[in-house]
Amino acid sequence: MPLPLAFIWSEFAQQVTGGLAAGAIYASLALALVLIYQTTNVVNFAQGEMATFTTYIAWTMMKHGVSYWPAFVLTLLIAFGGGVAVERVLIRPVEHRPEIVIVILTIGMLITINGLTGWIWGAEVKAFDSPFPNRSLVLGNVSISIQDIGTFGVCLGTVAVLWLFFRFTTLGLAMRSVAFNPDASRLMGVRVGWMLALGWGLAAALGSVAGMMAAPTVFLDPDMMLVVLIYAFAAAVLGGIDSPVGAVVGGLLLGVVINLLGSYVSFVGQELRLPTALAVLLLVLVIRPTGLFGRVVVQRV
Amino acid sequence: MALLAVENVTRRFGGIVALADVSLALEKGQIVGLIGPNGAGKTTLFNLVTRLYRPNSGRILFDDKDLTRTPAYRIVRLGIARTFQNVVLFQHMTVLENLLVGAHSRLRPFSGGRGRKQALQMLEYLQLGEFGERLPGGLPFGTLKRVELARALAARPTLLLLDEPAGGLNHEEVGELADVIRRLRRDFDLTILLVEHHMSLVMSVSDRVHVLNFGRKIAEGTPGEVQANPAVIEAYLGAESVDAA
Repeated sequence: MPLPLAFIWSEFAQQVTGGLAAGAIYASLALALVLIYQTTNVVNFAQGEMATFTTYIAWTMMKHGVSYWPAFVLTLLIAFGGGVAVERVLIRPVEHRPEIVIVILTIGMLITINGLTGWIWGAEVKAFDSPFPNRSLVLGNVSISIQDIGTFGVCLGTVAVLWLFFRFTTLGLAMRSVAFNPDASRLMGVRVGWMLALGWGLAAALGSVAGMMAAPTVFLDPDMMLVVLIYAFAAAVLGGIDSPVGAVVGGLLLGVVINLLGSYVSFVGQELRLPTALAVLLLVLVIRPTGLFGRVVVQRV
Repeated sequence: MALLAVENVTRRFGGIVALADVSLALEKGQIVGLIGPNGAGKTTLFNLVTRLYRPNSGRILFDDKDLTRTPAYRIVRLGIARTFQNVVLFQHMTVLENLLVGAHSRLRPFSGGRGRKQALQMLEYLQLGEFGERLPGGLPFGTLKRVELARALAARPTLLLLDEPAGGLNHEEVGELADVIRRLRRDFDLTILLVEHHMSLVMSVSDRVHVLNFGRKIAEGTPGEVQANPAVIEAYLGAESVDAA
């Protein structure tokens, strides 16, 4: 097949905005990963499945007549509580064990939560309502889907709220200090264990935002976040696994680049998007392991 | 009644006895110096009082409450704050944010403004006003020491533990430090326990001095008494000349 065609600006703009919307979802989940990695030094492989599970909870609420936004907020609260509980019950007992133990634990959680989701709600694909109208906004000759704008807005709005929280509140500052030095924080009166649990709670809530924003387009099924999680990992590594700003920038960048590659590089197409993300991940790890924004960790021996 | 009373405290690490049956007391408003050669157990005592460690035996009473069963995060709430020998600041947070973490125990979870104002005042008090928005990395060591002091004071403690505040400072800064310590006691109604190697500083600001050597207390008294004590002279000069031989 010959290469498609002439370059059309309006199409390019649509691909970029679509990429930004997808990227905002990757960014949210990537930020959730970074949040947990920073506070507890755990790579949470179950982050995507936790998001899926809570998205099903939102679906159940809506099925029983709760309207979208109340269901959205309730789901965030449930996700937060669930995240806190997971840290207290599952992570805390293995806190000081070798990393491999914790990695195996979170992979175990991934499999368990995935199975549980299928067992409770069944494996068939379900439609998930979008809070945004299925129309497009036409600016000049560019039409942008309102769905994309809304997704982008909700994800980045959540990120902004988190940023304010970490920058300006007593709790947020305490969580940042714990990430750097738990012992010294404890002497300032910070309850370190609860800050770690809080980190898991916030990450779970953030993940559920990603889940609920992804579900209208990818449809609800127990595996829906597996692919998103891989993109989120690529985004987090691209930005630097210890950098919240990096996770957000990495997510948006990845969303746009993957979308553009998919539409303009004919051999990438739909099928090779995921391998492309993995190639990005691999390249970053080889060329710049700290990512775009990460710090070099100097370890004294 | 003593504000802080350490009673017959022993702490072992494996087979090594870091502190053996040590007692000391601080009256309210006193500045007390704690001196001794390296490895004498001074920092261990700080870590016991702030509950980073728990004693193997003995009691530590603060305001008549036994601290040995108090969780570490509650120590500062009771009114004890400290600095560290090697300056332990949160490197990825601004100087002002470091102070806000220092004041954590006094602030409500979601408050911002009031704590910020007080933290800025504290920075001004220690002539650190211009550094509020800077990260600690790149600031001179003497400034970092003052930032850490400001962070400890942000908790509004009644007892302040200073771990080698003069370490790494130049001659002029050490001179200022003596004034700062006296000023702190007066302005904040503080009781201060001071671990320090800089003898002239300790002797000039302390009301009483306790001397540790190999985990045991070998002397106690006014600066004058301690300096004349044969056991102290032996610990500082004798022991080292034996080492050198």
